[in-house]
Amino acid sequence: MVRRHIISLLMENEAGALSRVAGLFSARAYNIESLTVAPTEDATLSRMTIVTVGSEEVIEQITKQLNKLVDVIKVMDLTEGSHIERELMLVKVKAVGAGREEMKRTADIFRGRIIDVTDATYTIELTGTGSKLDAFLEAIDPVFIIETVRTGASGIGRGERSLKA
Amino acid sequence: MEVTGAEIVVRCLAEEGVEFVFGYPGGAVLNIYDAIFKQDKFKHVLVRHEQAAVHAADAYARATGRVGVALVTSGPGVTNAVTGIATAYMDSIPIVVISGQVPTPAIGLDAFQEVDAVGITRPCVKHNFLVKDVKDLAATFKKAFHIAASGRPGPVLIDVPKDVTAHLTEFVYPATVEMRSYNPVVKGHSGQLKRAVQMLLEAKRPMIYAGGGVVLGDAATQLTELTRLLGFPCTNTLMGLGGYPATDRQNLGMLGMHGTYEANMAMQHCDVLIAVGARFDDRVIGNPAHFAREQRRIIHIDVDPSSISKRVKVDVPIVGDVKNVLDDLIALLKQSKEKNDAAALNAWWTQIELWRSKDCLKYNRNGNIIKPQYVVEKLWEVTKGDAYVTSDVGQHQMWAAQYYKFDKPRRWINSGGLGTMGVGLPYAMGVQLAFPDAQVACITGESSIQMCIQELSTCKQYRIPVKVITLNNRYMGMVRQWQEFFYGSRYAESYMESLPDFVKLAEAYGHVGMRIDKPEDVEAALKEAFSPALKERLVFMDFQTDQTENVFPMVEGGKGLSEMILAEEL
Repeated sequence: MVRRHIISLLMENEAGALSRVAGLFSARAYNIESLTVAPTEDATLSRMTIVTVGSEEVIEQITKQLNKLVDVIKVMDLTEGSHIERELMLVKVKAVGAGREEMKRTADIFRGRIIDVTDATYTIELTGTGSKLDAFLEAIDPVFIIETVRTGASGIGRGERSLKA
Repeated sequence: MEVTGAEIVVRCLAEEGVEFVFGYPGGAVLNIYDAIFKQDKFKHVLVRHEQAAVHAADAYARATGRVGVALVTSGPGVTNAVTGIATAYMDSIPIVVISGQVPTPAIGLDAFQEVDAVGITRPCVKHNFLVKDVKDLAATFKKAFHIAASGRPGPVLIDVPKDVTAHLTEFVYPATVEMRSYNPVVKGHSGQLKRAVQMLLEAKRPMIYAGGGVVLGDAATQLTELTRLLGFPCTNTLMGLGGYPATDRQNLGMLGMHGTYEANMAMQHCDVLIAVGARFDDRVIGNPAHFAREQRRIIHIDVDPSSISKRVKVDVPIVGDVKNVLDDLIALLKQSKEKNDAAALNAWWTQIELWRSKDCLKYNRNGNIIKPQYVVEKLWEVTKGDAYVTSDVGQHQMWAAQYYKFDKPRRWINSGGLGTMGVGLPYAMGVQLAFPDAQVACITGESSIQMCIQELSTCKQYRIPVKVITLNNRYMGMVRQWQEFFYGSRYAESYMESLPDFVKLAEAYGHVGMRIDKPEDVEAALKEAFSPALKERLVFMDFQTDQTENVFPMVEGGKGLSEMILAEEL
């Protein structure tokens, strides 16, 4: 069954680390929906979150191939257990006339925050799962959208479940 | 005392016990070459093209089990080396390739002979490094050799900018390597080992399928012991030839696209399959859906977890070093009081002998045209089955694999995974340098040999007396065969026009050339080439062979393993 998976990994924070992972996905024709990367509290480590789609067999290969990369320390499929997923989105929208108030209401409903205001625009910051962000974009009229930017998903295991070097 | 980066490179190689460095100088590596000039710990072998440097280092590794080393300059030096690196990568061969790079301040500025070596090689190395600080150089070499040789082996590239080779620092070679991100599994899981033993003992129609991992993991002795202990049939992949003695009755020969009838039928119809250091690739089991039609349970031993359940789902995966796992399996089997169902095993062998009686490798021995198979058979006889045989890629490679019976591991040196034409001659060089007194034969074709023929010059310089056995059918034989079968005999661009006179060519390079046209001259010519009189000479033998001969049996691409075309059916 083809499913969406969130794979987290820790790797040595060295030059070219990202390209090893990105190159692996393109060379083996795996899907990447999103990929985020940043150093951790330990500056020698990078943590990456990859959202991908595939059958059980493909996901098994993806985790094995990631583990095989010499710089990769640990790999975890977050979607195998309970986990929290968050993504940040910034949306710049037209906010004029009657639409201005309507836009604020919609943002409030989604617990978005307006972080920049001009006479004619709002920039709304929104956090949540990918599907919540999708829902927000569906809730507003696309003609009002000037620009959107999303970080891609980050995730973490619930409770005791953790990914440590 | 502080020394230069170049000096450190040379000392690292000496610390690793390197015997030969195959290379080609250029601007970015001049400091390293200067340091090589001043040392006497290892010998540098000057090739005529960087591709051959990597192939020779690769063959040295295949034949000896030690890490091979190549040294190339930046830019075109690296790009020329890529084919060699990818060849080694596909067959999991431990080599370290050192490439020069433009000075660090020039990186990224499109400097003369600049190429992103780490980027260009990334998909075809086990790992690679760009060393930006001379202080990291020694530790990087230590890691590179460790990574190349351990776990599933593979090529590692170290890219060294020119200024780093000039900078000074103390030389300290680390005694050990600690890497939190890289710790290959060595021992098999005990629970899985027990399940495997149970499954093996319950087998009624068992099959042992052994790949290149047995050769690379130095586990031929263990595989042989296990096979004899169980009394099971064994087949070797192209990469695994020599992992179990080919002349032994329990060996069914090679399997796969050009495997024997008995090996492929036994693979398809067995009830328990144990795969040892093999990876179920497309040339081995054909169509995986067809393979899965028959019910069988599969045990898979491999050092690389990603090789397991990649193309074929297995029941008992065992990750670990093949040698250790086989040792453990043998110990458990010896302790076990259970035995296999002897009657069932006998019935299975009766079936196998029936398949074997088809004699699928027979060919027409009459006529006055040299059959390529005959040349390989005679080579086996003349060299008493004890030569190192390298090959190029194509029909001659398959005939070499089918008709030269390898009884020992590391004797058969070929490009199995990438299928790189041109490897044969540089492979033979690497092997002959490692074993100066051994008989080394390069079985090649008139098309493949021309892809690295410039190395005849290297062979002259270093007096490398390999014997080149060219099966010259004036075609890219395997391409021609596919065109005959699948493209209505439209031989598009597969005919080799305007061939050189290979005898004169060999002589021009300072070697001995022979042209053999008749079957009755084959044996005498081979005997002469391998005679003491020519022991010190490279002999280039141009055998004019049957142009229309095809490789059989054959499983067409996408077909099932038991859907073979046999010679007799045409």
